[in-house]
Amino acid sequence: MQLNVNGEEREVDVSPDMPLLWVLREELNLPGTRYGCGIAQCGACTVHIDGQAARSCQTRVGDLDGARITTIEGIGQPEALHAVQQAWVEHQVAQCGYCQSGQIMQAAALLDTNPAPTDEDIDFAMSGNLCRCGTYPRIREAIHTAARLMEG
Amino acid sequence: MATLKTFTRRAFLVGSAAVAGGVAFGIYLVIRNPENPNLRDLADGAASFNPWVRIDATGITLITPHVDIGQGSASMQAALIAEEMDLGWADFETDFGRPAPAYWNTAMATESAPVLPWDDSFGAQAMRASMGSLLKVMGVQATGGSTTTPDSFVKLREAGAMARETLKLAASQRTGVAVADLRTEAGAVHLPDGTSLPYTELAAEAALLEPVQDTPLRDPSSWRLIGQPMPRTDILAKSTGQAIYGIDIELGLGLGGMARASVRVNPRKGGVLNSYDASAAEDMPGVERIVEITGGVAVIASNSWYAMQALDRIVYDWGPAPFAPEQADHWAALEQGFTDETFDSEWLSVGDVDADMPGTTEVVAEYRAPYVAHQPLEPLNAIVLVEDGGVQVWTGHQMPRFLQQEVAKITGHDAEQVVLHNQYSGGSFGHRLEFEYIKQATEIAMQMRGTPVKLTYSRELDFAQDFPRQITLARSRGAVRDGQVISFDTQIAAPSVIRSQMGRIGIMVPGPDIQMAAGVWQQPYGFENARVRTYAIEGLSPVSSWRSVGASANGFIGEGFLDELIHAAGADPLEERLRLCTLDPVSRQVLEAVGEMSNWGEVLPDGTGRGVALVHSFGVPCAEIVEVTATDNGIRLNRVWVAADVGRVMDPVNFDNQVKGGVIWGLGHAINSEITYSDGIADQTNFHAHEGMRMYQAPEIFVRGLENGHVRGIGEPPVPPAAPALANAIFAATGQRIREMPFWNHIDFV
Repeated sequence: MQLNVNGEEREVDVSPDMPLLWVLREELNLPGTRYGCGIAQCGACTVHIDGQAARSCQTRVGDLDGARITTIEGIGQPEALHAVQQAWVEHQVAQCGYCQSGQIMQAAALLDTNPAPTDEDIDFAMSGNLCRCGTYPRIREAIHTAARLMEG
Repeated sequence: MATLKTFTRRAFLVGSAAVAGGVAFGIYLVIRNPENPNLRDLADGAASFNPWVRIDATGITLITPHVDIGQGSASMQAALIAEEMDLGWADFETDFGRPAPAYWNTAMATESAPVLPWDDSFGAQAMRASMGSLLKVMGVQATGGSTTTPDSFVKLREAGAMARETLKLAASQRTGVAVADLRTEAGAVHLPDGTSLPYTELAAEAALLEPVQDTPLRDPSSWRLIGQPMPRTDILAKSTGQAIYGIDIELGLGLGGMARASVRVNPRKGGVLNSYDASAAEDMPGVERIVEITGGVAVIASNSWYAMQALDRIVYDWGPAPFAPEQADHWAALEQGFTDETFDSEWLSVGDVDADMPGTTEVVAEYRAPYVAHQPLEPLNAIVLVEDGGVQVWTGHQMPRFLQQEVAKITGHDAEQVVLHNQYSGGSFGHRLEFEYIKQATEIAMQMRGTPVKLTYSRELDFAQDFPRQITLARSRGAVRDGQVISFDTQIAAPSVIRSQMGRIGIMVPGPDIQMAAGVWQQPYGFENARVRTYAIEGLSPVSSWRSVGASANGFIGEGFLDELIHAAGADPLEERLRLCTLDPVSRQVLEAVGEMSNWGEVLPDGTGRGVALVHSFGVPCAEIVEVTATDNGIRLNRVWVAADVGRVMDPVNFDNQVKGGVIWGLGHAINSEITYSDGIADQTNFHAHEGMRMYQAPEIFVRGLENGHVRGIGEPPVPPAAPALANAIFAATGQRIREMPFWNHIDFV
């Protein structure tokens, strides 16, 4: 089947029941989308599907005909950072970093719909993304910074 | 009393004196420095002056043997070397290096020695030195116990200075300019005439020189890096999805492909597999092979998800749990566990807690801490390649040399033939001190020699197989009089973490388990009467080190109960702790700092309360004040103030991040998390049932690092005071005293 990932058409030959997460990681060599729980409880696998944040571990690849999929690799690169990534670097958010792909994708989706979120908005939007290292205070600050960067 | 097994420090001393004297293994082994592992396969033209620096014409590699599990150890170790070596942040790469005795942990002994952390007497120093000698001879390379900073602080700067001076000598010999006239900056030697010689160009000549030893270390006033905010070397990769963890590694080019596997082993940890029927799984999509391993079954498939799906279709007949199957049995064993037979040690005995104390009020209480899971967000994984000539392992692990031994036991190689490629880890919290997943991957790889086998755990498997934090029950008794705490007595029953953990790799640790009393016996309080005793309970779930180990439960017990005593005395929780804090001035300053930061004593709105706790763990006094408000929907966490003394703050940003993470770890699990067993199986199967903390619950946290004590690490010390400070705050706000974690079983939270 065909998938549109980060603007490219990719061909995969897997069961339509396979979650998008495992297609990205092991069939398309895009490991930046992380496996954390497999049941949409941690958010580490968050990607954008047609611009909306979605848990790729709960998305059947067979349901994605015609959908635009964007992964962490697709929103920015080390030499061309997305504003959210820039803020993440500035605030030195990451510790182990394993959840941060999903946090960044969730934060980018939040800022798309709410360019100036309050702490409460942030808590509401981000509480599905687990960080075992406890970087939440820095994530809050970085989202505010990213909002300002995107405004400017 | 007479029947108590009286382990004493004296017994310990005799043992370690024998060690220090070289009786056990010869003094030669103690004084000899292990070989530099970089020299084994050093290419022509490359130089390695010591185990931590490798240079050739193409670049500079700094070896950072403490693996990075999120705590920023790679950056911090590199900074210490770069400081003396005059490297810019972009002048080098880092590598976790190969397992080697040269990387023995020089700081772990400090935590293992049964002496008080502020005791700098000759006897205490000798005890630490004895323990250190043992670790050196064993070549114990370990990341853990918050030891990366104290282990590295001097020796890595010395390594950097040695490299710098040797490179200067090479430049001097090439140019004829005296060493004294050379200076170094940004990875190059600079001549008086303005010429620069990059270190990389000097490597081949420097490799022929005897490394320059005994260079004095620079005065801290001249430091460029240490003490300053440093961008983590991994920050860009971790902010762009480019970071590669063990679970992301793809091998196979030129090796005939990598096999992907997942396993299912008896969910009653350590139980056997009686039989299984895989017929429904064999024809499932992607399935390539199904093999049996110890206690379970592995499926090899073209995609890890296919392997996990197939494992669900296999029918298993599991054996019984090799420990008490029902949670109630675990608590009952602890309740009945305060006996002469289970007595492990008496860690503190001051005055006489049993004496008649006229005019006092007695307070008694029972405290409980449950099993808790580690569950770093990157599920456990490992790649193992078994070949005739040796074994290669790709995984993130905290105990590289023990890993070699565990793999070699299965494959029949010598431990030295096992090469570990240590990886960045998506968290650990103690989880990657264990070996079950490594052994399982090795067993599969033994059945597929010549093919690299990648084992990926499902989250459910990871929960089921987690060796959790020790369950703990404490009975405390104290006395107060005239507004003061007069007596403090705590007896702790728990499984021994150290014996459980080390026993799994066949190491019998003699003497009592110091972690059973950690966080309570080393408190800096000068009680008139005090006693701490520990009781080791067997037959419960195997347990493992969980971020802050013994102190994670004992800090709650000790500081929760002390708060009860202080309230019974009618004293102020901070003032009475300050009055009692007579043993260690560094701890006292920490308490004063946190009081000042929070403006302790200010009038708070109705329904709002603050609690304070001080726990001395891993050589670090850490005090926290938590503020909560009782709302109609439950307790809301407002703010937390933290002061900790680590002697020297290496990087204020990373320090701040580690402290906040530790507080959230401590609070989140205290409120929300436990592991319980039914029929020998953990009831909690994924993060929906064991969350730690999510963002909506995270309070605002204010952090101050003090620099009055010894140089120590900050990974774990912020955890133990969090739970008691919260319990004490809830009492201040509501009058409800919580003596059992997780707190949500007793009170609602918003």
